[in-house]
Amino acid sequence: MPSTSPATPRRAAILGGNRIPFARQFGPYANASNQDMFTAALEGLVARYGLQGQRLGEVVGGAVIKHSRDFNLTRESVLGSSLDPHTSAYDVQQACGTGLENAILVANKIKLGQIESGVAGGVDTASDAPIMVSEKLRQKMLKINRGKTTVDMAKRALALRPTDFGIETPANVEPRTGLSMGEHQAITTKKWGITREAQDELAAASHQNLAAAYERGFFDDLMTSYLGQSKDQNLRPDSTVEKLAKLKPVFGKGEGATMTAGNSTPLTDGAAVVLLGSEDWAKEHNIPVQAWFVDGEAAAVDYVHGDEGLLMAPAYAVPRLLERNGLSLQDFDFYEIHEAFAGTVLSTLKAWEDEDFCRDRLGLEKPLGSIDRSKLNVNGSSLAAGHPFAATGGRIVASLAKMLHEKGPGSRGLISICAAGGQGVVAILEGA
Amino acid sequence: MALSYGQLVNSGVGKQLAATLGLPRPAKLRRHVVGGSLVPGAVLVTGHGDAPVAERVRVLLDDAGVQVASKPSTSVAAVVLDLTAVESPADLETLRGVVGPALKTLAPTGRVVVVGRPPEEATSVAQAAARRAVEGIVRSIGKEMRAGGTANTVLVADGADAGVDATIRFLLSGRSAYVSGQVFRVGKPVAPIEAPADWDKPLAGKVAVVTGAARGIGAAITDTLARDGATIVAVDMPSAGGPLAEVANKLGGSALQLDVTADDAGAKIVEHAKARHGGFDIVVHNAGITRDKLLANTEADRWDSVLQVNLLSILRMNEALVPAINAGGHIVNVSSIAGIAGNRGQTNYAASKAGVIGMTQSLAADKTILKKGVTVNAVAPGFIETEMTAKVPFATREVGRLMNSLSQGGLPVDVAETIGYFSWDANRGVTGNVVRVCGQMMLGA
Repeated sequence: MPSTSPATPRRAAILGGNRIPFARQFGPYANASNQDMFTAALEGLVARYGLQGQRLGEVVGGAVIKHSRDFNLTRESVLGSSLDPHTSAYDVQQACGTGLENAILVANKIKLGQIESGVAGGVDTASDAPIMVSEKLRQKMLKINRGKTTVDMAKRALALRPTDFGIETPANVEPRTGLSMGEHQAITTKKWGITREAQDELAAASHQNLAAAYERGFFDDLMTSYLGQSKDQNLRPDSTVEKLAKLKPVFGKGEGATMTAGNSTPLTDGAAVVLLGSEDWAKEHNIPVQAWFVDGEAAAVDYVHGDEGLLMAPAYAVPRLLERNGLSLQDFDFYEIHEAFAGTVLSTLKAWEDEDFCRDRLGLEKPLGSIDRSKLNVNGSSLAAGHPFAATGGRIVASLAKMLHEKGPGSRGLISICAAGGQGVVAILEGA
Repeated sequence: MALSYGQLVNSGVGKQLAATLGLPRPAKLRRHVVGGSLVPGAVLVTGHGDAPVAERVRVLLDDAGVQVASKPSTSVAAVVLDLTAVESPADLETLRGVVGPALKTLAPTGRVVVVGRPPEEATSVAQAAARRAVEGIVRSIGKEMRAGGTANTVLVADGADAGVDATIRFLLSGRSAYVSGQVFRVGKPVAPIEAPADWDKPLAGKVAVVTGAARGIGAAITDTLARDGATIVAVDMPSAGGPLAEVANKLGGSALQLDVTADDAGAKIVEHAKARHGGFDIVVHNAGITRDKLLANTEADRWDSVLQVNLLSILRMNEALVPAINAGGHIVNVSSIAGIAGNRGQTNYAASKAGVIGMTQSLAADKTILKKGVTVNAVAPGFIETEMTAKVPFATREVGRLMNSLSQGGLPVDVAETIGYFSWDANRGVTGNVVRVCGQMMLGA
């Protein structure tokens, strides 16, 4: 019996992307829902690539902070878009790794011949957050609702106490440690001895690089304006180390505290999507291939019981990915390391340079070594653009694919994204 | 929203008042309807002496299923008069004798189309005088027309009669609703004239690049060209990306975000159109801005930004677009009545829009472009109802609306229809034309 699936995996092409400008929490997108923003990002992509009425293999999206009504967020967004409504869709949630994980999923299905095309992305709103009632109230309300008679229900309602009434909003806090992400990173930043100056330098470079990218029109075919916003609201083109040095630390305690609002990402609203396809599909649709999605890897660390930092998982994922692909850390033209905090990027880089860490934690004979810093986040990253959690992967994949396309065939890029829960998602792209 | 003059004089008391005072009452114009007839009634076709164009028009009307009338009546919706054979001003009596009586019974939204030969090609002084007189008569008729009627002149070069059909069709149809008092010049075709298989889809299979496509007149241009069968590459500033995406998604085209003033704008359009659509046949340079101020108060940046966006960008983009446009294609530039008549507070804008006319005429005569068989024309909109003109102060706005033979502002679609007409492959005899879409505005006429 001949097999119906392709004998060998095909290549998965990245064809382009789109995002809406990212906005600060309670800013211009304060009244936009995740569905509104994801639909807008999709519509911009559809318009750019003329995908109106087309059935894609699938659309994979997701959000870290979601209303319960958004159980089918991505599918609902597809139905509200100009795509063929026969396009299937599903949601994934892997914290800040969502967007990149979705790209891995779509790329893998394309490689296996299961689909010919797909969109991967993500969205998050820090403004239009779901509100929950207190756990006590919720339990009592459910109990009341289970009452069979009115009397029954009334009796149960008597159990309600004024102190039960309260609301909870999602917090950027690890459930198992009670520490915020910033507090976690502060521990790691201190452990790796990352200086305030180094963090501020990275933050200033992020703003300056992003501003320069806008200036040269880099985002003209990566972004679609939304609600009057045509640039990332968080961008401060005139940001300098001197200005950043004036900010007071917000994470960590005492003299060793180095993390400020300037070298940490702000809460942000936004959405991003990436179009992927097989080579044949790209050709049939006259869409030039920008880059190849070579491989992806996810890792997790035990930040609860072990002594690893919450956001250090990419440090583990990257060497595994490199080994599988026979590459060294230096074999790249661009490094896109998500700037959750400047300290995260610098801790990760330092860990890869550290002999003990690479030997003891990664089981490597010698350190991965250092990277050419002029290749790092060359068009800015999350510190300047902002970081709507699930949208960041799509932002990075689309931007890197374009950079690699500009660089030329065979150029290589590494993506590293840390995520809540001690996770990390990383990937390799190659220019086409 | 404040009641406009047009609404006022067409409703209740206002209507009576207007009738009593003899105020103009804007008529509802006849606009193109897909699947509708070319002209809603018979067409009176006649001419002076040996009238070769009249004969063509009869055949054309016959093909279009339109009845040809031989004398005026209330069922006549248009008059086409062939004066190509006039030798002396005395011959113009034919026009008086035919059009005069016809005007009394012409149906509402009627059309008068007078065809002549270019005065500069005349072989005698008397003939030149007669030929030139036609334009004066027709412009006057335009001002005498009632009920949304229009009158236009078509000057056909000797030996170029085959190219006249497209213009006759356009002028008889609802596509020319807001075009009146204009002179169309038909010359030797720059490439073979190709009539479309379906006159409701004259742009079928064509790819059209439209700049400034996100809003206003630009969005109407994309709508109209797409309706007529073209695939649209909708171009606008990245800051207009959201509305631009809506335009592209509505029409099934592709959106291209770029700043037309960027050095590589033309190259990027070419790259996009070639990669995604295999090339392009039509370019509409519509992107434009205003930065109004009296000249005395106009700073350098206000001056420069308008010239950059409205004129210099087109010159720069054309360096890439002209070599890349498909042979037999069409370039249409958007000028303005301000570029013809001038406008207080708009020296920069008038400079750019008058410049567009110079550029259009020069490029149309360019050897390379002629060799490629590409036509180059311009539209000059008058008062068009857009978001932009809605912001004009009431009195100024009403004056703008009423100072024309049709006593109303035009719609963005009216500009778009003329652009569409310039883009027909059946219309390769018309190049270097500047047609005003202004309802025969009194300014600069």
